[in-house]
Amino acid sequence: MAPMIDIEDLHVTFSNGGRSVHAVQGVSFSVEEGESFGIVGESGSGKSTVLKAVSGLIPSESRSLTVNGRPAAERRSKADRRLMQFVFQDPYASLHPRQTVDEALREPLSIHGLDRKDERIEQALAEVGLLPEHRFRYPHQLSGGQRQRVAIARALILRPPVLLLDEPTSALDVSVQAEILNLISRLRQANKLTIILVSHDLGVVAHLCNRIAIMQFGKIVEVVNTADLSAGRVTQDYTRRLIEASRGFVREPS
Amino acid sequence: MTVTLTQWLMDDRPTSRRQAVLGNLYRGTRAIIANPAALTGLVIIAVLILVAIFAPLLAHGISPFDQDLSKRLAPPSPEHWLGSDELGRDIYARTLYGARVTLTIVFLVSIIVAPIGLAVGTLAGYLGGWVDRILMRITDVFLAFPRLVLALAFAAALGPGIENAVIAISLTAWPPYARIARAETITIAKSDFIQVVVLQGASTLRILFRHIVPLCMSSVIVRLTLDMAGIILTAAGLGFLGLGAQPPTPEWGAMVSAGREVILDQWWVATIPGIAIFVVSLGFNLLGDGLRDVFDPKAER
Repeated sequence: MAPMIDIEDLHVTFSNGGRSVHAVQGVSFSVEEGESFGIVGESGSGKSTVLKAVSGLIPSESRSLTVNGRPAAERRSKADRRLMQFVFQDPYASLHPRQTVDEALREPLSIHGLDRKDERIEQALAEVGLLPEHRFRYPHQLSGGQRQRVAIARALILRPPVLLLDEPTSALDVSVQAEILNLISRLRQANKLTIILVSHDLGVVAHLCNRIAIMQFGKIVEVVNTADLSAGRVTQDYTRRLIEASRGFVREPS
Repeated sequence: MTVTLTQWLMDDRPTSRRQAVLGNLYRGTRAIIANPAALTGLVIIAVLILVAIFAPLLAHGISPFDQDLSKRLAPPSPEHWLGSDELGRDIYARTLYGARVTLTIVFLVSIIVAPIGLAVGTLAGYLGGWVDRILMRITDVFLAFPRLVLALAFAAALGPGIENAVIAISLTAWPPYARIARAETITIAKSDFIQVVVLQGASTLRILFRHIVPLCMSSVIVRLTLDMAGIILTAAGLGFLGLGAQPPTPEWGAMVSAGREVILDQWWVATIPGIAIFVVSLGFNLLGDGLRDVFDPKAER
């Protein structure tokens, strides 16, 4: 079976008035259907850029970039868009400030001309653990965690096979982070989703993903599976340092 | 359990789309009422609208067109509350009916200017590239002319009359709206919530009209109310120069113009419509200022 997402030699270059930055330099990986793939790296390593290139938000060059066995075109059709949805990092910026939750969830349904809108909206809210009373609220009347739930409901209401998550918990406080991670994990199993999760937090990625790519300076340093990672079976120095850093601050014995 | 209307409107947990929208409107209205300047402006505009609607009633049957040459340039008296003009027409009645003309001009100009400005600005801001360059250079050409002079030229070319005055004013008034809408669109287009609709597969027009335009509306409305004073004055200026409303239409600018020759001896002929122009302009300005305070997200508590 062909992988759900297959990327070979992906390059992204940003140019701004003569200066150009080669943000992603030849990244290749593939993600099987139903797998959840994590990308970890420090700020500026190009991990979010990879995700945006896969979604088609920013232009990229690659030898091949296929989604569900079909090459992803530069200009994507509605049907292409429906294959994957994106959850952004900041739930405060990803909801339209003048639209109620109901309107935010209705929009993708009417773009794709789906029927039984009210039923689908109610179901989507229930799925992410929001109550019917949240349906007609504006984003400013919701907490950060509730907003991120709305963003996830909005991404899943089209029933896409692939979900792209860009640091979905880093803008939330610690107690809410765990709730959202568990929610994503539960929805992934229930909907047999293929997931690409980007995070700077090794713990978050290890919690959700089977395989993890470690990125540095626009390149993939190493791809490990979670079992190897927790057992410390890694080959690269940078990965080892990242693992150490994720254990947090340890006081040196005096 | 009884719920009062206020509680229903202020409810943090609206149960229907209608309640959410009405609740938001209610909060906005309360914010305007809490602002004394905006409230003053709102009252003035409301009075203007009422005067325009009930002009025949308020003029107690006096027609603004009836001439009485034996009583020309009469001072204010119980018969002519605010005096009469050079043809013996009642100035009180003419000023009341003038509110209709002013409101018509203001209304027509706003429904022409706001959509043109929004369409040009959001298209230029969202599409960027050569579309942006062409649309903005056209805007610059219009902005390069002094507004009144350009309006005069258009009005002269199109011929005198209210409709042509409206077209002339609109043609000169839209460029600032395009600028505002473009600037807002550029910031909004980068935000995550627009990227989300792009990824949902929305068409460019859908993104523009359903997601970007509603966010530009508040600054355009504020600008429009602040501009109303200018529009009224331009219309009055065109009327004053004989390029706006044609006699015998009671237009305030034309009335001031007619009273100019006798301003020293019969001051009321030019002063009364002048005061009307001043009060209405002030009203729109105060309302615009107030709306800006209400819409400004930084001012939100």
